[in-house]
This record gives sequence, C-alpha cells and structure tokens, in this order.
Amino acid sequence: MSMRLRLWVLAAGVLGTATLFVLACAELPGFGGTWHPYGDRAVHAALARHTANTIASVNFDQRALDTLGEESILFGSVLGTLVLLRQTRDERRLPPEPARVAPPVRRYALIALPVTLLIGLYVVAHGQLSPGGGFQGGVVVATSLHLLYIAIDYRALERIRPVGLYEVADAAGEAGYLLIGAAALLTGAAFLTNFLPYGTFNTLSSGGTVPLLNAAIGVEVAAGIVVLLARFLDQAVEIVSGRDEAEDET
Amino acid sequence: MAENVPVLIGLVLVAVAGTGAVLVRDPVRQSFVLSLLGLALAALFLLLQAPDVALSQLAVGSALTPLMVLLSVRKVRRKARSERREEHE
Repeated sequence: MSMRLRLWVLAAGVLGTATLFVLACAELPGFGGTWHPYGDRAVHAALARHTANTIASVNFDQRALDTLGEESILFGSVLGTLVLLRQTRDERRLPPEPARVAPPVRRYALIALPVTLLIGLYVVAHGQLSPGGGFQGGVVVATSLHLLYIAIDYRALERIRPVGLYEVADAAGEAGYLLIGAAALLTGAAFLTNFLPYGTFNTLSSGGTVPLLNAAIGVEVAAGIVVLLARFLDQAVEIVSGRDEAEDET
Repeated sequence: MAENVPVLIGLVLVAVAGTGAVLVRDPVRQSFVLSLLGLALAALFLLLQAPDVALSQLAVGSALTPLMVLLSVRKVRRKARSERREEHE
C-alpha cells in the first residue's frame, strides 16, 4: 500500500468515526443535569433487585458480562507479567539483606497495616451496599500487606506471602466468577443471571449473586496484585543477572 | 455558576498535576507527581459524585502505579550501574 492510499484509508476511518461520534453525542443529556435515561433505569433495576449500591448492581448483575471481561484482562495481564519477569537461566537469586528502617517509619507502617487491611476487607464486604467493592477493596488489601516491606524488610514480607498460594487464589477467584455465572445455567436462566433470592434490602446478604461475584472479584484482584507486585519486587530486590553476580564477588 | 466552582478547581488541579507529570523528566520524581495526579483525579471523581471510581483511582493511580514505576527504575538503575562498572574494568 502506498503512502497516499494509506492516508486515504486513514481519512475514511477518521471521518466515519467522527460522524458516528457526533451523532451519538447529539442526544446526550447535558452535563450535571438531573435527567439521565440510563441512570434512571439502572437505579430502578438495582432497587428492584434489592441492591443498595447501584454501581455494584450494574457491575455484577446488569452488566456482569462486562465485569467478567475486565476481570479476565487483569488475570491475563498478571499472567503475562509472571512470564515476562520470571527468573531466567542467567539470573540468580541473592537473599535480600536485612534493612535498617527509621523508627518513625516502622511505627507508622505497623500501625497503618492492620487499619488498611481492615478497611480493604470492609470495602470488599460492603461492595453491594456502599461505594467500593471487590476491585477497590482487593487493591487496598494487597497494598496493606506490602506495608510490611516498608515497616521491616523484604524478608518479613516474603514470610507472610507464599506466592504459590496467592497464584492459586488468583485463579480460584477468576474460576469462582465463571462458576457462579454458569450456575445460573442450571436454573434454566442465561449465563450470569442473578438467580439467587434477593434478600432484605440494605443488608450484607442482599442482592442475590451480587455479593458472591463481588467476593470472587475481591479474591482475584487482591491475589492478582500481590502476585504482580511479588514479581516486580523479586526483580528489583532479589534477582541479579550473571554479570551482577560476578561484580558482587569482586 | 457557584455550584460548579469545586468541579472547576478539581479540573485545574488535574490539569496542573498532569502537566507536571509530563514536564518532570526524572522517573523517580515523576512517580511522585503521578501519585499526586492520582490523588487529584480521585478528588475530581468524588466531586463529580462517582465515589466508586474515585476509590479505584485512589488505590491504583496514587499507590500501585507509582510503586511499580519505582520498582522498575530500581531494577534498571541497578543493571545500568553494574554494566558501567564493567566497562571501566
């Protein structure tokens, strides 16, 4: 394809996208207004299914398939990072040295760790009731564990972080989401239909499958982030290439 | 107009932090500015009444991404240092 032809193809694509985009935006409700057709319908559907947090209802019930896609993207990226950052043949592991930590930093991190962990678990557990959910809470839980690296050193973190277990949990979270979705098929409904009883509005067990899918995402994200950061930390702290090793001995 | 002021302040903060993240060239400093940008974005989302997205942004944008940048920089610098020393020998 010549340069000229390529530019024509590009121009046709840009023009088509621009036309469709403008047409789609013409009917959008104004910014910050009170009228929003999708919002109204989503809130109505969420309340009908006894889910207090409409966002959770959209994520795990009305548009649960989209969330499956997002979750799979995260799962796939963690898997890709695992392969890319693995220890290759010319690399060697040096056990990390104990590190000196300034006392105020240690105090702060040790106090912040349990608080952060609790907040993370709370955000996961209350996903269907208040802002937050499995993704947000999962990231907070994973981050809280890494405060141990800041408070003490990498060896302390490695002790509470058997990476193999977290890899299994990552896969189990992803599989759990799929299996809960497939369970709806047994009742004769479509994949990922909310088939459980909706329960009492604004209680922890309300929302049918929403809290279950939310928990599956929480496990998957927390474990996935821990595994992801473990690979980055291994490369940054422990793993040295053959050349580094020779240099360390001189 | 008056009710739009908080959102406008949020937008300005995001614009300043975003521009700062581009203009700062040192990756280590950049990761701190990136963290500030995440914080500004989280505040903006909160002002736009999207607390769910604000929480995601806060956790990923202002904690996780800068940490990954810092760890990558540490790895790359360590490697570069050892290669430089090898050349001197």
